[in-house]
Amino acid sequence: MKELRAHAGFPIKPVYGPQDAAGVDVERDIGRPGEYPFTRGIHPHMYRERLWTMRQYIGFGTPAETNARFKYLMAHGQDALNVAFDLPTQLGLDSDDPRAEGEVGRVGMAVDSLADMEEAFAGIPLDRVSVSLTINGMAAPITAMYYAVAAQQGAAADRVVTTPQNDILKEFIARGTWVYPVEPSLRLVADLIEFSAKRYPRSNPVSVCGYHIREAGCTTAQEMAYGLAIAAAYVELMLARGMSVDDFAPRLSFNFTAWGKIFEEVAKFRAGRRLYARMMRERFGARNPKSWMFRSLIGGGGSAFVMQEPENNIVRGAYIALAAALSGAQTIALPTYDEAYTIPSAKAQLLALRTMQICAEESGAADTVDPLAGSYYVEALTGEMETTILAELARVERMGGIVEAVKSGALQAEVARQAYFFERKLVSGEIPKVAANCHVGEPVGADPEVEVYAFDPKAVESQLARLARVRRERDDRTARTALRRLSDGARGAGNLMEPIMECVKAYATLGEIARAMQDVFGEHKESVKF
Amino acid sequence: MKVLIAKPGLDGHDRGAKVVAHALRDAGVEVVYSGLKRTPEEIVQAAIQEDVDVVGLSVLSGAHALLARRVVEGLRAHGAGDIKVVVGGIIPPRDVAELRRLGAARVFPMGTPLPEIVDAFTKQDL
Repeated sequence: MKELRAHAGFPIKPVYGPQDAAGVDVERDIGRPGEYPFTRGIHPHMYRERLWTMRQYIGFGTPAETNARFKYLMAHGQDALNVAFDLPTQLGLDSDDPRAEGEVGRVGMAVDSLADMEEAFAGIPLDRVSVSLTINGMAAPITAMYYAVAAQQGAAADRVVTTPQNDILKEFIARGTWVYPVEPSLRLVADLIEFSAKRYPRSNPVSVCGYHIREAGCTTAQEMAYGLAIAAAYVELMLARGMSVDDFAPRLSFNFTAWGKIFEEVAKFRAGRRLYARMMRERFGARNPKSWMFRSLIGGGGSAFVMQEPENNIVRGAYIALAAALSGAQTIALPTYDEAYTIPSAKAQLLALRTMQICAEESGAADTVDPLAGSYYVEALTGEMETTILAELARVERMGGIVEAVKSGALQAEVARQAYFFERKLVSGEIPKVAANCHVGEPVGADPEVEVYAFDPKAVESQLARLARVRRERDDRTARTALRRLSDGARGAGNLMEPIMECVKAYATLGEIARAMQDVFGEHKESVKF
Repeated sequence: MKVLIAKPGLDGHDRGAKVVAHALRDAGVEVVYSGLKRTPEEIVQAAIQEDVDVVGLSVLSGAHALLARRVVEGLRAHGAGDIKVVVGGIIPPRDVAELRRLGAARVFPMGTPLPEIVDAFTKQDL
């Protein structure tokens, strides 16, 4: 019989029975949904009371184009937003910066100033719609712009629900939108968490992402281990500022992927939830049960999709939706079938939304809480995942802890090593991909069989014109004074969110704000290892 | 053969670049990796200083045509037009011909099997 292994590395047996789950203590390890340690989910009735939030990742071209796509998907039943920003925005470069050439509006919407955020959310009530902002190195200024737009709309601060990603450690590991060195970058993460906890009680000022690290090549168990290690690093950062854990931990959230083997993914989340609950209660002494809850956006996984016969990716997406639902996701977002070609078309986005809706309404996956609980296989797998995640956490500690491992590049090198192992398994066929390495059909021609998004170069001209107008029409002296105050603040140790808010409201551009901090912080020098 | 694997532009996704770098090294090719966010000019300079035979550009942001053109033109302007340029990443099929026209010796879009990429280098089929 063929030997099979989980992506986490341990072998999978052909049959599981009572003896495999014999070590499970039902009270201690599984418990009840909505109760510590939350193995079965963080709410007692899960989807019977509230379905997961459907939140596709959207953004391209100008704020106006993106605003239209937001409204298109909301008209089809999407209930929340997740904003994609272009790379210049993610890196704090204005659209007219020479380094931004060719990148403006490409992988997300361009934002140069508050005026762009006003346009992006025109007609979208920010006291009713929750919005994730996929922004990290620039999380502080972009979230400041978001708060400013919400205030302009008249939304009360305690009605604003936004989730800036604000997870810079995973950017250093996997996604690359870092700007400043590690320490000042962490300071900005903490500034935004602290400011939001005090002023915007329903915002989720960080979303810890195992997702991107997995996409960069790590295993399932590493994805959870690194995510937990990053969360612990942020908790320690806030405790060092004198905050009490229950002041901010209830609003910590997570972003993970579920594209692998369905039962392994479910086991990863069940194990992750109880490890997180134990860490927060026992290691950090949290007393508020909300501080123990691993609240998660699950989905993603464009790396699971292939270019060959792209419509097959729709089927893969449906399995991801099922895995996420069975895993107890609070929010689901799916990759789209055309992602191996370019960013999503409107049609592909709608299909992803429809996939989630079919999973929610028709499949029965949402009928009852944690339906796989008690399965010999899933309970045994959950235990195996827990053991493997703990072993990976111990490896991170041996690298000097997550922050040191990121600074030295050791973690990045491990992720790259795993990516290479994975690729070799694709080549050998050990990890099968239909139409790519097994059941292979006709080779792909110059034209894919599906219609793909085409970038409109006119978006760049229009964005440059908007930026020029903002610079012309603002009160330049107010903007300059605010920027000077920000640089002064960066030299000190105080929270930078107030000075950043002041810059934003004076229509200082994102590039100017980023530069005002970079003059003090300098730039990160990557430790290149592979 | 000596190869510079480089990440031009602002894109921070380096999984593909590092996988190809690993595979080429295992196949006996000498490999230098640039790290993230290099400008075309920095890549041209590194290619000349390291005296490489091939520059492999990895772009997933959609900016591949502009960045590849800048590197090809930069190499030619510095009298290093003999250094070949290949491009990989998220490249829509309709852009492959354009990249070839701009001077890319080979294009490896998403989905290209790893052995095909390695063979192109080791058998000098560029």
